[in-house]
Amino acid sequence: MDFLVFQYPMITVQACLDGILLGVLFALIAYGMALQWGVMNIINIAQGDLVILGGYIAYFMYLYGIHPAWGVIVAPVIMYFVGIAIYKLVINKVVDRDLFISILATFGISILFMQLMNFAFGADVVLANSGYGTTMLFDSNVVLPNSKIFSAFISILFAACLVIYMKKSKLGRAIRATAQNARAAKILGVDTEKVYAATFGINAALCGVAGALISITFTIHPYMGLPYTIRSFMIVIVAGLGNLPGVAMSGMGLGVFEEFADYILGTEFRIGSVFLLLVLILVYRRFKLSRKREYLK
Amino acid sequence: MRLNKIILSFVSALVILFSTSVASFAKVVGDKIILGAAISLTGKYSSNGVHTQNGYNMAVDRINSMGGVKVGGKTYKFDIIYYDDESNPKRAAQLAERLISQDGVEFMLGPYSSGLTKAIAPVTEKYGVPMVEANGASRSLFTKGYKYLFAVLAPANLYLDVAIETAVELNGGKPVKIAQAFEQDAFSQDVRLGILDAAERTGSKIIIDDKLPKELNDMAATLVKVKQMKPDVLVVSGHTKGALTAIRQIAEMKVDVPMLAMTHCDAAKLSKQHGKNSQYALCASQWHKSLTYKDDFFKDGMTYAADFEKEFGYDPPYQSAESSAALLVFKDAFERANSFDQKKVRDALAATNMQTFYGNIKFAPGGQNVDKPMVLFQVMCDASGSCENKVVAPLKWASAKLIHPIPKWSER
Repeated sequence: MDFLVFQYPMITVQACLDGILLGVLFALIAYGMALQWGVMNIINIAQGDLVILGGYIAYFMYLYGIHPAWGVIVAPVIMYFVGIAIYKLVINKVVDRDLFISILATFGISILFMQLMNFAFGADVVLANSGYGTTMLFDSNVVLPNSKIFSAFISILFAACLVIYMKKSKLGRAIRATAQNARAAKILGVDTEKVYAATFGINAALCGVAGALISITFTIHPYMGLPYTIRSFMIVIVAGLGNLPGVAMSGMGLGVFEEFADYILGTEFRIGSVFLLLVLILVYRRFKLSRKREYLK
Repeated sequence: MRLNKIILSFVSALVILFSTSVASFAKVVGDKIILGAAISLTGKYSSNGVHTQNGYNMAVDRINSMGGVKVGGKTYKFDIIYYDDESNPKRAAQLAERLISQDGVEFMLGPYSSGLTKAIAPVTEKYGVPMVEANGASRSLFTKGYKYLFAVLAPANLYLDVAIETAVELNGGKPVKIAQAFEQDAFSQDVRLGILDAAERTGSKIIIDDKLPKELNDMAATLVKVKQMKPDVLVVSGHTKGALTAIRQIAEMKVDVPMLAMTHCDAAKLSKQHGKNSQYALCASQWHKSLTYKDDFFKDGMTYAADFEKEFGYDPPYQSAESSAALLVFKDAFERANSFDQKKVRDALAATNMQTFYGNIKFAPGGQNVDKPMVLFQVMCDASGSCENKVVAPLKWASAKLIHPIPKWSER
């Protein structure tokens, strides 16, 4: 069993492709997390729950006869305002406080969202059918659901738009300036309060896109947010803040890693292996950091 | 000194509080038999929790309106105290404690899911409170030697072994290759044990044995293996999310497998969410409305389903039917015991041997129902795309012929 990957070489190709398509989607969520982490120094535990909420928006469109793919346009718009509302209600009170406080606050938001979604939408597992077909490669030995290809494509599209927006627009420049040095930015006339709100809104919007894609490709459930939070946290840790190509690469890397862990170690270790990798990377980072400090001495 | 005073007054307040609250209720008040139940009305089991509660309520109303329970020449009516256990085992155990020691409940109905039943059973056992449960099928519930636990449903290890036996039979009695993927929870792992037993009995080989995570929403990896290794049967159990994920990805990845057997298709409303893609899936079920068991209260499955739909607006899943059956069992036991003594009721429960619309009920010493086989239904769709679940095994109850092997995707 352990050597399936060698017995059936096509599995390797399949795992890589599945992993990359999945990873791109993770990277989109992680990019949002990296953005607000970098700008506001807030680790958003509710990230996954925002994703699921976005998924429900697409699901309800599907329920009312609208093709769920439109969710990738509607969900971010709604989620942007949800993000702004969360910022105004909670985050602006913890934004320049200790990191620990913001973790607690977003943890609370996460629990609240889970329960509210459960209350409003019920505890049933749901999904939106896109009706997209399947692409067969290599004599139909490798199969790629078109919904996965679609989500990867949309993820890349949104990430690319965001990168350009960050580089070219006035708000983008303000966000980058605030990330570098909030105080200096303020002195130079940047309304940091506005920047923070916009950043949180953009992050929520990205989550909305990702959620809509997840409802098309996988399933959604009010309590399924946490794994997405953990994966994006992990990707950001590996890539480091403010390193967009890094986020994309580590997203895809994590996707492929998960697929291979599944084939080699077994499905039961899939999520476990992600946690293990997280621990290893944190230890490694700490080790590297401690050496640096010694060097500085 | 002041601190001492505060502590003293606090303790005495507690004492007063306890002495007044204990036994504010009793098992039987006036003409009411009060049963207690912790049910998941919120949290992740809330949909099935509601099915359970609806099943209980339906039976209570029916029994009460049809003359109630006759004990010692007097007529009593059922009443249930519900608490919401928030789908949380710890909370469920606390609530059981509270129902028994504070509310004075002397007879309990089970919660939803094996996990929560497992949390409550030690409590009811400790107080000697008979509990008839309808939604905890895990085998481990029946091997602990509980004396006060009775389950109207068949244990989890019997859910899908019919499927393996059918597959072997269709293979001309020759062993088959099995691929299986199970979530890592008490229930699914018991289903897995049942498959292992069936495989050993028939000499079949398990070629894929995946354990799925709790947050399962992607089983592409398992399906890729299935595609490459071509088993004869694919067995999946992972509650609703397992059933939905499997059907979606099997259809998307065009996985051809001669037989697909699952649990929880009922609750997943498979054919509603997936339409024709769910066609040919075999589902294990405790009950199906087309079964011809009969009783005096609900007549038969079809009548039950119609009445249930009229009251709650949806087709009853088996979770509701078995919950209703639990009340029928209680009524029968009270009348045979002709007493409200917990020991006598317990002995009467142990001696239960009856037929309900849900099936025959007869308890083994472990508390599981041994007189009711599981049924397998197959999702069958017509040309217009509307799908129906039809019982295909065991043959005695079959209302349609099993379609086997499942046609290849390229031929559909």
